[in-house]
Amino acid sequence: MASVVPRPHYPDYSTAAPVNHHFSPYADNGGSIVAIAGDDYVVIGGDTRLSTGFQIYTRQQSKLFSLSKTTVLGCAGCWCDTLTLTRLLSARMQMYEQEHNKVMSTPAAAQMLSTVLYYKRFFPYYISNMLVGLDNDGKGCVYSYDPIGHCERSNYRAGGSAGALLQPLLDNQVGMKNMQNIKDESIPLERALAIIKDVFVSAAERDIYTGDGIHINIITKDGIKSDSFPLRKD
Amino acid sequence: MSSIGTGYDLSASQFSPDGRVFQVEYAVKALENSGTVIGLKGKDGVVFAIEKLVTSKLYEPGANRRIFTVDKHIGMAVCGLIADARQIVDIARREAANYRSQYGVRIPLKYLNDRVSMYMHAYTLYSAVRPYGCSVILSSYDCTDGPAMYLIDPSGVSYGYHGCAVGKAKQAAKTEIEKLKLTNMSTQELVKEAAKIIYLVHDELKDKNFELELSWVCADTNGNHERVPESVFTEAEKCAKQAMDAESDSDGEDM
Amino acid sequence: MFNTVDAYSAPPLWKNGPSPCAFHNFPGTNCENNDFTQHSQAPVTTATSVIAFTFNTGVIIGGDLLASYGSLARYRNCPRVMKVNDNIIMGAGGDYADFQYVKDLVDQKIIEEDCLDDGFKLKPRSLYCWLTRIMYNRRSRFDPFWNNFVVGGIQEGLPFLGTVDKLGTAYEDNAICTGYGAHLALPLIRDALEKNPLMSEEEAKALLTKCMEVLFYRDARSYPKYQIGVITDDGVKIEGPLEVSQKWDLAHMIH
Repeated sequence: MASVVPRPHYPDYSTAAPVNHHFSPYADNGGSIVAIAGDDYVVIGGDTRLSTGFQIYTRQQSKLFSLSKTTVLGCAGCWCDTLTLTRLLSARMQMYEQEHNKVMSTPAAAQMLSTVLYYKRFFPYYISNMLVGLDNDGKGCVYSYDPIGHCERSNYRAGGSAGALLQPLLDNQVGMKNMQNIKDESIPLERALAIIKDVFVSAAERDIYTGDGIHINIITKDGIKSDSFPLRKD
Repeated sequence: MSSIGTGYDLSASQFSPDGRVFQVEYAVKALENSGTVIGLKGKDGVVFAIEKLVTSKLYEPGANRRIFTVDKHIGMAVCGLIADARQIVDIARREAANYRSQYGVRIPLKYLNDRVSMYMHAYTLYSAVRPYGCSVILSSYDCTDGPAMYLIDPSGVSYGYHGCAVGKAKQAAKTEIEKLKLTNMSTQELVKEAAKIIYLVHDELKDKNFELELSWVCADTNGNHERVPESVFTEAEKCAKQAMDAESDSDGEDM
Repeated sequence: MFNTVDAYSAPPLWKNGPSPCAFHNFPGTNCENNDFTQHSQAPVTTATSVIAFTFNTGVIIGGDLLASYGSLARYRNCPRVMKVNDNIIMGAGGDYADFQYVKDLVDQKIIEEDCLDDGFKLKPRSLYCWLTRIMYNRRSRFDPFWNNFVVGGIQEGLPFLGTVDKLGTAYEDNAICTGYGAHLALPLIRDALEKNPLMSEEEAKALLTKCMEVLFYRDARSYPKYQIGVITDDGVKIEGPLEVSQKWDLAHMIH
């Protein structure tokens, strides 16, 4: 159907002429991703709402894609780009495995994602990516990206539509920023899971593009465990 | 052949002094090593029957088929080098798809035959390429135009036929086909006759094993080209075997 | 017509050599391609909502028969719920010309699949994924197909329902509506499915009829005649044209 571009309405200057449809190759389909890494685990959560503007397409769309047994990618943003990028990445993962006879490590996958994104520098995949997994020492790692391939490793990150809302919360709860008498140690898995659930509940309160439910992946040396949790649906 | 060593048979782009293109004639020779292929056109459809020679017991049954569907309504049976033939099938499919995309209707067989013949003929004109080592038979059925069948040679020459045969035993098969009153026969009858002829012309001394392939395009299939259903196939094969047994019995009495 | 080299025409005999399909393509007769290409477009002749949801044993898709030219109800017999094969039905909204073009691509794909003759039939999730690539490819060239497609079918014994829009945005759900249907009909369907997750075919048809009625009363680009497609284990049915039962006797009370 015709896309409606919001524009100012000046009754004196309106005409009966048909409105020209403007085509934009991008859509903002919302969604938020939160990831927290620990010494021997990493958890990533993504909400399950796929929407555009005020319309909810579906309430049950997982935004987590497992690339290998120790690597999971979370995507929020333009859904058609997400579909394309994740298919491309899983093909590249398979090619790597068949060529080198081993599964790609998480740091290698993280570098590959950066390259793949930058390859489309002038027509980017409009996605906020978060790649998590265990690094070569078995430590949890979180790589976050901008749409054109800038990559940064960290221990916790929030991305997507509620990213700006949640990152300060994580800085406080996980990063223990600007606090005194704090021991510099990573939080246990149970605490990380509780924080993820809490921050999503908070995001669903204030961000209309986040809600309906969350899918969580917990990655340890034993593999990936899945969990889910309902959020408010309005 | 008198021309051997005279140099006129090395290229498809040169005539011999007596006006022949030897490369094309050699291509025709390639057909004579291939299993017999027959096509019969009756009153309401066309039937293909193929003697697919199986040179090793280690092959899986049903491999290297020689009957293809080009478009819903068009069948193609091939004789000769199978790899060459597959390229012709591909070209025919592209032509059919192109016609469909341009005109929105199925391609008429007459037109497809023209295009495929032209394509095969193009490969008899240049020294850089060799002619196709295969013949193909095209068939279709249309409720207004009725059944149609064409045979294309490696030279690019094609004719419409009521009944045709190519391959190893084409002479014997043609003799058998000529005995039939093709224009009055239904496809149901043709299938049995076709299977019978293939069994009859099969040379058991030279080639031990073969697989029978049968397909039809007729009014009963709504003008679609299909392999004959399992039941019809077994029935036709049974009839063919019985006819063979009866024949060998009567041969025995004569002696 | 055959001078252009596209996916359908035969490749040249050798690199930069003549192509068998272009014998008469003499040098100098080729027109230069125009440098200016118009990117993107606007929908011209449009069809409105598609309504689709899964029920106990299958999938149901509905769409009316109108193709509008802006606010003009221009063409009033434009079917856009189609059978793809025995496994798949499809509905489309948006630009009707684009739909017809994509429909031809899909139909050709089905013919190609049938020609393979391997006994497999395309399944709904595969077609859905393939359509995603078609749509994403065109949006990436800034020349989108201005459509919403809804693909329904049975896959691995379970009902499948998915949709693709002009960007290639795709998702699966048990209830999918496009256009005004997303605002007016989808809440009704989600509500009904929540209360009765194992809806029968009859109940599904009743619900769809209700939705078409609601849409006809409120969507100014809708039309009382519509078609529905139903797919279950028993096969595909495309029904229609059906008619919305209109009741206007209350109209004098509404101001």
